[in-house]
Formats: sequence, C-alpha cells, structure tokens
Amino acid sequence: MTAAVPVTLTINGETLTRLAEPRETLADFLRRDLGLTGTHAGCEMGVCGACLVMLDGVPVHACLTFAVQAGGGAVETVEGLSESAVIADLQRAFHERNALQCGFCTPGMLVTAHGLLVRKATPSREEIRDALSGNYCRCTGYEAIVDAIEAVARRRAAGETAAAFLEEPA
Amino acid sequence: MNAPLGTLDRPNSYIGRSVSRPNAKRLLAGRGRYVTDLVLPRMLHAAFLRSPYAHARIVSIDAAEARAMPGVRLIATGGDLAKLCKPWSGTLDHFKGMKSAPQLPLPLEEVLWAGQAVVAVVADTRAQAEDAAEAIAVEFEELPPVVDVDAAREPDADRAAVAVSDNLCFGCRLDTGGIDDIFAGAAHIVEEEFHFGRHTAVTLEPRAILADWDASEGKLTVHHATQTPYQFQDLYSRHYGIPEASVRVVAPDIGGSFGMKLHVYHEDMAVVGLSMLCGRPVKFVADRIESFVSDIHARDHRVRARMALDAEGTILAMDVDDVTAIGAFSTYPRTSAVEGNQVIRLMGAPYRFDSYRAELSVVFQNKVQTSQYRAVGHPIACAVTERLVDMAAARAGFDPISLREKNLIPDGAYPFTSPTGYQFEALSHQKSLARLKVLMGYDALRAEQAALRGRGIHRGVGLASFVEISNPSPAFYGIGGARISAQDGAVLAVTPSGEIRCQISVTEQGQGTETIIGQIVADQFGIGREKVRVITGDTENTPHGGATWACRGAGIGGETALQAARKLRGNVLSLAATILQARPGDLDMRDGVVVDTRGAERVSLAEIARIAYFRSDTLPKDASAQLTVAHHHAPQGYPFAFTNGVQGCHVELDAETGFVKILKHWVVEDCGRIINPLLVDEQVRGGVVQGLGAAFFEECRYDENGQLTNGSLADYLVPMACEMPDIVIAHIETPTADTALGAKGCGEAGTAAASAAALNAVNDAMAPFGASIAQIPMTPTRLLKALGTI
Repeated sequence: MTAAVPVTLTINGETLTRLAEPRETLADFLRRDLGLTGTHAGCEMGVCGACLVMLDGVPVHACLTFAVQAGGGAVETVEGLSESAVIADLQRAFHERNALQCGFCTPGMLVTAHGLLVRKATPSREEIRDALSGNYCRCTGYEAIVDAIEAVARRRAAGETAAAFLEEPA
Repeated sequence: MNAPLGTLDRPNSYIGRSVSRPNAKRLLAGRGRYVTDLVLPRMLHAAFLRSPYAHARIVSIDAAEARAMPGVRLIATGGDLAKLCKPWSGTLDHFKGMKSAPQLPLPLEEVLWAGQAVVAVVADTRAQAEDAAEAIAVEFEELPPVVDVDAAREPDADRAAVAVSDNLCFGCRLDTGGIDDIFAGAAHIVEEEFHFGRHTAVTLEPRAILADWDASEGKLTVHHATQTPYQFQDLYSRHYGIPEASVRVVAPDIGGSFGMKLHVYHEDMAVVGLSMLCGRPVKFVADRIESFVSDIHARDHRVRARMALDAEGTILAMDVDDVTAIGAFSTYPRTSAVEGNQVIRLMGAPYRFDSYRAELSVVFQNKVQTSQYRAVGHPIACAVTERLVDMAAARAGFDPISLREKNLIPDGAYPFTSPTGYQFEALSHQKSLARLKVLMGYDALRAEQAALRGRGIHRGVGLASFVEISNPSPAFYGIGGARISAQDGAVLAVTPSGEIRCQISVTEQGQGTETIIGQIVADQFGIGREKVRVITGDTENTPHGGATWACRGAGIGGETALQAARKLRGNVLSLAATILQARPGDLDMRDGVVVDTRGAERVSLAEIARIAYFRSDTLPKDASAQLTVAHHHAPQGYPFAFTNGVQGCHVELDAETGFVKILKHWVVEDCGRIINPLLVDEQVRGGVVQGLGAAFFEECRYDENGQLTNGSLADYLVPMACEMPDIVIAHIETPTADTALGAKGCGEAGTAAASAAALNAVNDAMAPFGASIAQIPMTPTRLLKALGTI
C-alpha cells in the first residue's frame, strides 16, 4: 500500500521520473520531493486554492491530486509560470496594486487568474469574483486582487504583451 | 494627503507615498520562504495523538506497537516533556484575582478539550508519524464536560479543570456611580442581550515550527511562524533553562497571523523538547483540522447592555454585563482576560457621556482556549454600543446619523477621558462622520431604500463609529509581569558602499512593515528606497523589541526607525563636517550626497563610508566614525494612541430565504500620519472582510459534549471574493503629537466596526417587519427565526 512506485511526468517543461508512494499528493510531491515550495498547502481538501497548479493546461488542486494520477501529465507550478513569463503581467499588476499581503494564497490566485484569462479574455468584475470563489485570501479584502486581474485583462485586450517581471527594479 | 508633511518633508520623501512592496515580488514568484517550506539536514517530523474527549482523565498510554513502526524515532508523553520544561500559567498580576490551571507541553493526567495534544510521535516523515499515532492506545476516563456558560457559573458546577477552584477565571467591575438613579430618571432606555459566536483566525498558512537543538553548542534555533520572535526567545529560554543568548528564534515569511500566532501553544512548546530529546531538528506543521481544534478561537461573548438617554436624545449612561467563555485555561503569556477587559473599556468609546457601569465575567469551559485575535474586544464593544445607539435613535425619533452627530465626542473636546478610563489625545469622530455621510451618499441611499421597500425589496443601511487601540505602552503587559516589550529597537548602518542596512524588531506578516520602515529610513537620508535593506524577524540579527502586534508596527516601529535614522544621519553629517572642515549644522543630505546650505554637493555618502571603513588613517585622531547606530524607542505620553473612524454598510435582505447580499461598504478612518496609503487601504479592507466574516459566516460550533462540529474549511465559512463587496476607503489624518512620525495603527480598524455596521444594516432592513437580531454571525436560519418565518 505504501510501497513507492515510479512516476514519470513533465514539471515546468522538464520530464522526470521519481518514486512516490501511492498516497502521496501532488502537492507533497512538488514541495517535498522536488523542492517546488511555491505551491502551498492550506486546507488539504480542495477548498482554499493555495495549492492550485496547472495540469495539462487546466488549474487543479495539487492537494486533491495524487502524484501517481499526474503521471504522464504536464504540470506547471508558479515557479515554471514565472520563469516562462506567461504570468509576468499578472505578477506586475498584483505588485502594483498590492494584491497580496502574506503571499500564502498568492500562487493559487495567480494560477486561477491565469486559468480564467485563458478561458475568457475580458471577464467582468463579477465574473472575476466568481472565478476566485475557490481561492481564500485572509489578508486582503479581495478587491485589489480583482482590480489587478481586471487591469491585466484590459491591458491584454489593448494589445500589451507580457514582459519580464522579475528583473524589473522593485 | 491631508496633513502637512512639515519637518518630515524631505527631499526624496517617501512618507505618505503609495510605493509597492519590494518583498512582494519574491512572494509573487513563488519564492516565499515560510516555515512550512524549510528543510534541515536530518530533520524529523512530529505528529500528535489528540484527545477525543472534551474532558477526561488519562488512565493509561500504550505505545509499544507504535514504537516498533517504520521510521518512528521517539514517542513522548506529558511526563517525558515535564522533565525538561517548566510549567506556565496564563495570568497577569494587574488582573487582580485572576486564576488559571498550570500548563505543560503535554498533559500528565487530565485533558481539557477535544483536540488537545496528548502524545507526541516523532518519525522520519509526517505520514509515518501519523501512522504511528493511530497505533497508540490511550485509555481515557471521561469527566463531565463544562460546555454551557451559565451552567459553568452555577455554584456547584463541575470544574473545567481540576486545578482551579471554580470556573471564574477573572471578574472585574467598573462603576462611575449613580447608574441606577440615572436609568430611573431617563427619558429613553434601550436594552438588548447580544450573542457573539466563537470564530478563529484561519491563517492560510497553518501554525508551523521547526526546532533545532544543537547539544554540541548548547544552542537552540527555532524557525517559528510567529509574529513575536523575541517573546518566544524569552519563553524557550526560561521554560527549557537555556541561556537567552543561546536561543535563536527566526520568523521568516509568515502566512498570516492576525494575533493568533503570538500565543504559546502546547505543540510548539513540545516540539522544542522533542528536538532536545532526539538531538535532531523536529518540525511540526498543523494540518487544517488541527488548526481548528488547537489554534486560539476568539470572541464568544454574551453581553447584556442598556443605554439611557434624556428627552433631547443625549446619551447619559451605559450599563453592561459581559460574560465571556474562554476555554479551560487562560492562554500564556498574554492571557485570555484581555479581550473581556477591552470589551468593557471600549464600550461607548466614541461618545460623550460620564456615567458607566460594567461587570465582566471570564469563564472556563472545556473548549479550546480563546484569546487575542485581530481587534481584541473591539468588535464586541462596537457592536453593542452602535446597536444601542441605533435603537436609541429609533426610540427617541432621530435619524441614526443625527443622533450620532449629537452624541459623538466633539472634535474640539480633546484631550478627553472616557468614563471607562481611556485617555484620548485627539480624535476626529465628527469630521469622520461628516465625511462618511458624503462618501456613501447617505441621503440618496435612504431615498432609494424607501422607494425599493414599496416594491418589496428590503435594503438596510448601517453605521458604526469606532476607536481602535494602537501603540500600546508598557502599561499594557509590562506592569502585569509579562515579559513582552513595549519598546522596539533598530540597528542602522551605512554600508561601505553607501547603502543603508536596517535591522529592526518589528516583524513582517505581509502588512508591509519592511516597506514602510524602508520608506521612513530612505526619507531621512534623502536616498532611493532601493538603497535601504530592511531585516526583520530574527532574534540573532535584530535588536530586541515588541515586534508587530496591536498595530504597533508603524506607530512604534516606524518611530524607532525614524529616530534611529536621525541619529545615524547626525553621525554621517558630523563625520562629513570633519572631512569637509565644515560645521555639521550647515550640512544636509540629498540623493545620497551631503550638501551645504546653498544646496551645493560636497561629498557622497559612499565616499564618507569609504573613508570611514577603509581610510580611517586619513581622519583626525578624535574623529568619530560611527556609521552604525542602535536605537530603542518606547511609547511615552499617552498609554495608547487611539485610531478612530466610522464605517457604513449597505445590504439587501431576502426575507424569504434569510440570505443577505452585502452591496457596499465604506470606511472613513483616522490613523494619524499615513506612511503608505496603498498598504493602509488594503489593510483596512482586509480587516473589514474579517469583520464581515464574523458578521455573516464564521462560527466555531460545538455540540453539547464539547465537540467542535465544523472543524474544516468546507464547514467553517470564510468570506470569499464573490460574497464581498467593493469597499470604499477615505482618510482623515490627525497625527499623534506623542511621536515625531505621528503614525497610529490601522490594521484592526476594519475588523473593529465592520460587524457592527453590518448588524445595524441588517436590523435596518428588517425594521419594516418589526423584527430584530442581536446575534452574530447572522446566518440565514437566525434571520428567518428573527423574522418569525421559522
């Protein structure tokens, strides 16, 4: 039952094989086995959204997905999304608007926002709030997060492209 | 900003500017470094077997099977840890007569609440530790649980803990005299019995600790998700008998705190002992269910209160009885009595009246302990006061705004002492109310409300004025015997390259502490803030101080940084004067360059640093090249710097389902000098959302056996984006004259009054039905009961 089995999957563009216990969640696998600690565990029952990652292009709860279930799939974590700069404009908007405080929910918020804007280019504020209904934030009043996502949707609609975020001066 | 910048207004001034947080970029990139993320070589993991009963005696513990399981390194009971750790009691000397059962990391004989940790397991992985915990057999003998607060107070009641003589932890009374006569002669009296549910902080990152005892050096290093590392350095030192300088507490990124992460928890104390017993690093991270049954809860009050007014609608007196149930013992070291104490002292705080009587009873029961959580006591006092004011307005025939205009302390009446003993330096209640009235379009809302009522749509408008306690002085904990600093410290240095390094005792939990400290220091040197590196959260690398709680980060920490920066600036200018053969008073600093009175550039900060560090041979023998300064600051003057403001809430009630939609929320607040409006606004909004959570959703529910019945995030409702309104914020600035900076706290203002404004709004919406509610959270069921529907 607890004997580890090999799992092969693609993480942030890199295909790798590791042993994982069948009971190990994808969240634990990413955090513990791979050191990708950007994915956070908040409720461990799929409610708070802190553990969201992209699996084959769709946001999924890493705490509800077993590592073995992700075998053969392509996972993108906040680290990979940062390095590929696909969420650079979201990160910049969150930073400008102070759409985070302790930062624990933030990777999950970014994944949800990324998933939403892929699905729908220019959501209304109500649609943004609705899309965030699986992401708890205990620090902000949510409003800055909604503002930031709305700003990115508008900027993208106006043709602005994502540029590097991390190298910009703070 | 409204207030003139005055002496703080320097070149490159950052005070009052909305600059973003440099450290937030790291968090946005997923590069946060929380205790939950930390891994040390040879690290082990702890899990705990917890009590299934609210009250029981431990008959026997059989861990033989568990000890033999894979990966298990240690199983420890209360007795094992008691040999290392001195017990503690959560009392304060200035709360006369207060009592509480002594505590150890794990219990020896008696468990006091369902979920209390009983046996610790240390194993190679958390999963192995949990597997082994399941294999431990503990025989319990159930004892009668004390659950109901009234039953707990009966003379012959069962005791919540054997070690206390009865279930009254603390009681006190305030009385200005003559209350019965005033009520007997009053033209209007309103009264109500209020019920406030238990709720809890729900930090997104659960509690986490990683203790590393190194016997070879006699040194303990604890990575601890806490907001108060110095307090824990002291506690680990004293309770485990380790010299204080050999204890290092590191608080890196903290995933939410809200007061919850400054109390002593049994598991945290245990983990230190477990590391000593194993001689290896031991980590414990609470899972969410453990958080619900072991993090402190908060509130849980029943308040009977009445207010007397004369025929003209002037408030004459308040009479209050607050009973609060805190769990089976008082938390350490801040106690569980502070909340009730603040409730009875904050009652009526925004209003001008002289006569007051209050009775406080703090009662033990077999539930997890309650203690300080964001806006300690404020929401209770504010909701009771503001609801009574609304009821009084209806009784005396006033609009809620006009009765407040009549009774709020006039802005010119300061200094003012409340009948409960609080001294207010200068507040702006009247100005705030006038601002709110315009901001929310009050008259238009009332007109709209009347029109919509005709169409069967029931909207409500609620107001709540508040004061918030911030910048607490030593009078808060120090005089009670708790080793909790009222002062903060900063060590400020010019680096050899001419940058500034600031090590400071106030801590960062996402509020932006590091950012505002950087702004203040950069401001004093007239340099870019990217040239200032702020270091927090490590007892070995920062000076001792109170850290961040009770909204003291900006007001006390900021002032400490300001004074330290002025001291260092004085040293730099003095050295510059020596180098330039000028007088220090004729020099100033701009953009990292020393200038003279005409603004001519004379020498750069980097050049001064280069000479001081590398070419001191070129300086005169008596030259003082002190480019590092240490400075400590404690509040002087008023015991607290009070923040004030007023909130408005607009709701729509569906009378058929009991659901309430929060349409909009407004806040006008006065936290004195604003250092960074971007950060202040979102702090206030976050506080409002926690207050609205208390008003509508959040409640830790227990059954009659003392079992928590909703200990998961699927069952305990936390406000989400789709339920929260847009929140409009406006500011008045009345800087405190007690400091050069003039800043007061802002982090608790939102929570202080949001539930009160919501309570009034819902009651306003229910008024046409002749119904009212005096209980939060205002769940649909409770609202339908209030409406008589069910």
